Formats: sequence, structure tokens, C-alpha cells
Amino acid sequence: MFTRTKKRSLTVGAVLLASAVAFTLAGCSGGSSSGSSTGGSADGVKIGLITKTDSNPYFVKLREAAQAQATKDGATLIALAGAFDGDNEGQVAAIENLVSQGVKGILITPNSSSGILTAIKSARDNGVVVIALDTATDPEDAVDATYATDNKAAGVTQGKWVKATLGSTAPALVMLDGTPGGTVDTFRHDGFLEGFGIAEGSSEIVGQENTNGDQTKAQTAMENLLQRAPGVNALYTINEPAAAGAYEAIKAAGKTAQVTIGSIDGSCTGVANVKSGIIGATVMQFPAKMAEQGVDAVVKYASDGTKPSGFNDTGSQLITDKPVSGLDSKDTTWGADNCWG
Amino acid sequence: MSSATTAGLGGRDLTRARVSRILREPLLGPLAALVVAIIVFSIVSQTFLNPYNLSLILQQSVVVGILAVGQTLIILTSGIDLSIGSVAVLGTIVMAQAAGAGGPILALGATFAVCVVLGAVNGGLVTVLRLPPFIVTLGTFTAIQAATRLLAGSQTYQVPDGVLTLLGTSFRIGTFATTYGVVAMLLVYLVVWYALSQTAWGKHVYAVGGNITASKLSGIKSNRTLFSVYLATGVIAAVAAWAALGRIPNADPNAYQTANLDTITAVVIGGTSLFGGRGSVIGTLIGTLIVGVLRNGLTQAGVDSLYQNIATGILVIVAVAVDQFARRRSA
Repeated sequence: MFTRTKKRSLTVGAVLLASAVAFTLAGCSGGSSSGSSTGGSADGVKIGLITKTDSNPYFVKLREAAQAQATKDGATLIALAGAFDGDNEGQVAAIENLVSQGVKGILITPNSSSGILTAIKSARDNGVVVIALDTATDPEDAVDATYATDNKAAGVTQGKWVKATLGSTAPALVMLDGTPGGTVDTFRHDGFLEGFGIAEGSSEIVGQENTNGDQTKAQTAMENLLQRAPGVNALYTINEPAAAGAYEAIKAAGKTAQVTIGSIDGSCTGVANVKSGIIGATVMQFPAKMAEQGVDAVVKYASDGTKPSGFNDTGSQLITDKPVSGLDSKDTTWGADNCWG
Repeated sequence: MSSATTAGLGGRDLTRARVSRILREPLLGPLAALVVAIIVFSIVSQTFLNPYNLSLILQQSVVVGILAVGQTLIILTSGIDLSIGSVAVLGTIVMAQAAGAGGPILALGATFAVCVVLGAVNGGLVTVLRLPPFIVTLGTFTAIQAATRLLAGSQTYQVPDGVLTLLGTSFRIGTFATTYGVVAMLLVYLVVWYALSQTAWGKHVYAVGGNITASKLSGIKSNRTLFSVYLATGVIAAVAAWAALGRIPNADPNAYQTANLDTITAVVIGGTSLFGGRGSVIGTLIGTLIVGVLRNGLTQAGVDSLYQNIATGILVIVAVAVDQFARRRSA
């Protein structure tokens, strides 16, 4: 009796595991990696892409653009991701697994600019070309090349626009930052202050909070900061979800006319928010360019051995319907045509 | 238990009893699942079954694999530890900072001290105040995570090569390259397996988890046993912190956010009962490897990570269902 039960449960376990695996494999072939295994000019070169997470629309756009470019070049794209912001272990495992699969190149948006350098080095030692997308590594030459927004410059543009819009009014600035210690976050933050024309720790900064770029957290943070600094008139946000969250809090406090909001990213939702007046201006990035240029670089390396190098700025663009003199900007119609996500 | 049933039986019956004993072995289900997974992936992917890749799976399992030993101990006492991963992350930050201040030996000492103290806090709250482990470790998890970020100043710290990254150093056995971290993981399993199966302490752990009242009535100092389990878990978390810096020589306060739950997954898939008193660390090792093989194999086969999570989720539910099924039949 007992024996039979155990035997059965054993069989049940094995069969269910097999079906779980089979189900997953089947799900894949119908879904995500409908890659181009058909050989083209690149003869089925394998390219790995590792994003920070696989849920953020920014990285979804990056992946789609990389996939499209890989298909065009006749290469195969294998897209992997960390499980959460800060998942160094997951990204290291992804690098190892891609090397094990024999990829020619790896495009990576590193979660930590220095945490995964050992794995990157070992990949490069194995003859794999490694390219950082969106976020540079520290030191920058830990990878072969970087294709990214110059986030410092983007922050400067954002700061200049907010300052110019404020005009002669004495600034009372609130800063809604992203994740503490993040490279991109630091660049944008510092760039904004430079463009705004004040130093870190100066008395014009009346409030500061980390939001992890999350709308809900940004709303809560802004609600609390408005209690402490009711006179706020300028707002820095790390990205557009943070701006949208902050706007909810500002609207509830009846202070929308008082606060100028500057943001950064260039998502389609963000551009729509600029159009409807929720955000004053945003600075658009071009993730598709990063992905396309990265894929092309790997394909080129595979065909003639040329390695890409250095920092390659994929540019940024100020989007607003309230242009200020001396700052190049495009309106939200242009923005809607060129946005991501 | 089995000796009683086999006593006085003839040759054929003895064989049958032996077979039935093997089949009653709760490790068999997980082991069969592991073998099935390895066979499936060897067929599906050309790159799965080479020594380099198999070594990768072991290396990728090290940190969660070590932490899962501590989780097994706690779950055997019918508790659960939601804080174990965050204790290890705090350990990495302490190690990195102390290394800068006083060298590697001091750093290791400080890490073990901090992790054991945190184990003692969990154990003290569970035994002295008699609070449910779920609540205690939920609270300490939140507090430790915040304390880690405060201590780190939200920065990551690079760790100098040497003693602190030792467990990431690789060496070769024939053509099979592996790391000292893998050896450390296997040692932790061996030591705890020995303590659980060959010592009185181990029998007490099972007794306390199976039925704490009965264990008290039979003269076991159940509080002392429980407390020792939490202390041991602190030591194990410190070893995991050391291994983590071997794998990634940067202490990052945001790392290993899912480690707490990953350990529970490994323990449950390995056949240890969430209701306490039944299971083994060998099962947990197999559970850890199943998850590692699934992740690696599905990646090699080109499956999206979200589908991998679905597969892992299904597996957890199957494992608990099998446990429940067996428990009901044997009751």
C-alpha cells in the first residue's frame, strides 16, 4: 500500500516536472524568442542582450529594436534580464550562460556599474565582444564600447529649461531622485544642478527623496515634501513616472500653477504628459538607436573582426511646448513621432 | 521504523522490504525530477551537457544553495526564515567595510559576528517571546534591509582580491573547472547533513519540528534546540556572504532581493515539509540543483525568463502537493 503510493507520487512528480519543462519550451517557441534562425549575411551570428529587468517599457523597446535589427542583419538575438534593479547575480549568470551558448557579442545594460566586471572580463577573455548599452561601466573601458545617452548632458538640458522657465523667481527646488548610488541617477542629478546653476547642498534645494523611479513612491514622497516645503516652485524628477506621481500630489495640494516640473526619458506616456501640461518638459533618450548600433557593431565584429570602442553618445532631445530662448527643443508632435514604449 | 517491518522476514520478503524502503525514501521524487530535467535539456540543447556549462550551474547555485541549508534547518523546526538573504547581504557590506579598516581576517570575523548576532535576535524573539517565526523574520528582514542601506550609504563597495574573494577562485579537477565556493557549499551540506542525521542534536531538531509538546515531554530542551538552529543559520548566512563576494567582488546593498524566497523554493522542491519535522539537507541540495538546472537549461534552450518563473512556480506547487499527498496517505 505504502509502496504503491510512493511509487505513484514519484511518477507524478517526474511526469509533472517533464510537463512543466515541455510547457515552458512550447510557450517559448510560440512567444518571445521568435528569433531569426534563418541564416543571412551574418550566418546566424548569436548576439546576447541583457537588460536590467524585463518589465520596464524602456528595456522592452531596447529589446524590440535589437530584435528587429538582428533580424535585418540575419543574426540571432538571445534576450535575458536581471530579475530586479540591482540583480547583479542574475546578470552575471546571464553573461555566463550566453558565453556557454557561444555568442559572438553581448549587449548589456549593467545594473551595477562595477558589480559585474569580473564576469564581463571573463567573457571578453573568451573572445566575446561586450558592449554597454544605456549605462556605462566604471571604469568605462571594462567593456569594448558604450552606446548610451550622455545623461549628464541630458540633465544639464533639463536643469537649464527649468531655470529659464522660472525666470527671475527665487528658486525653491525639490529633487525626486531614482535609486541611490545608480550611475545614471547620479549623472542626471549632477547635470540638472549644473544646468540649473546651483551647487549640491545649496539652500535653494528645499527637499530631496529617492523614488526608485516609481510613480507610487514618487507620489508619496511629494505629498510628504509638500508638507515640509509648501513654497516649492521647481521640481527635478529622475524619470517620467516619478513626474506623473509628483504631479498627482501637487494637484491634490492645488499647486499646479506654482510648480515647474522637468523630467527626462522620452517615453510615449511621458510625451503625452508634456502635451497635456502635466510635465513642463522632458528630455528624450533614444534606446532604439543604442540597440541598433550595438547589434550592428557585433555583426561587424563577427564578419571582419573590427571591435567597436569608446563612448558613443546616442543623443538626447528636449521636448516641450513651452520653448525657451537659447535652448534647442522640439514640440510634442515631434515627440509623439519619436518616443519609445 | 523500517527495521521493525523487516524483522523476521524471509529472503524474498526482505528484498521486497528493501525495495519498499528505497521507494519510501523522500529524496527519490526530487532526484527523479533532477535526472528527468538533465535528460530533457541534454536532448533539447547542444550546449547544456558540456563540463563548462555543468560547472556554471554549480557556481550559479552556490549562494542560494548555502543559504538554503540554513532555511532547511529553520523549516525542519516548522519555522520559516524570511530574513536569511538580507542577513547575508548585510554580511557582505560589513565584510567590505571592515576589510578596508582592518584587513581580511578582521573582516571575516566581523561578518560572522554580525550574522550570528542577527541569528540570535531571530532565535531569541522566537524562543523567549514565543513569537511566530514568520512574523519575527518579516520584521527583522525589513529592518535589516534598511540598516544595510544605511550602513552602505547606498553605495557599492569593491572588495580587494585575496582572502575575501577566495571562494570565487577557480581550480581544475581534470578538465572540470570549478570554484572553491562550490567546495564550500558541498562542505556546508556535508557538515549539516552529519549534524542532522548522526548526532543527538539532529534528532532533537526533528523532534522539536515534528511536535514541540511531545519533544518537551520527552525531556528535550526544545527552546535551547530552537535557539541553536537560529544561531547555526546565522553562521551559514555568513558563509554565504563570503561566497557571494567570491562570485561578485562588490558588496551591493540592493543585491539578492529574492534570495529569501529562492531558499524556500529550493527547500520545498527538495521535499522538506513546510510543516516541520520531515526532510533533509540532501533534498535541499537536489532542490537547489533542480532550480539551477531549470534556469540554465531553459536559458540555453532560449526560453524567456518569465516562462522560467512559471516553470519554477509550477514545480513548487507540485512539490508541496506531493508532500501533502504522501502525508495524508501515511497518516
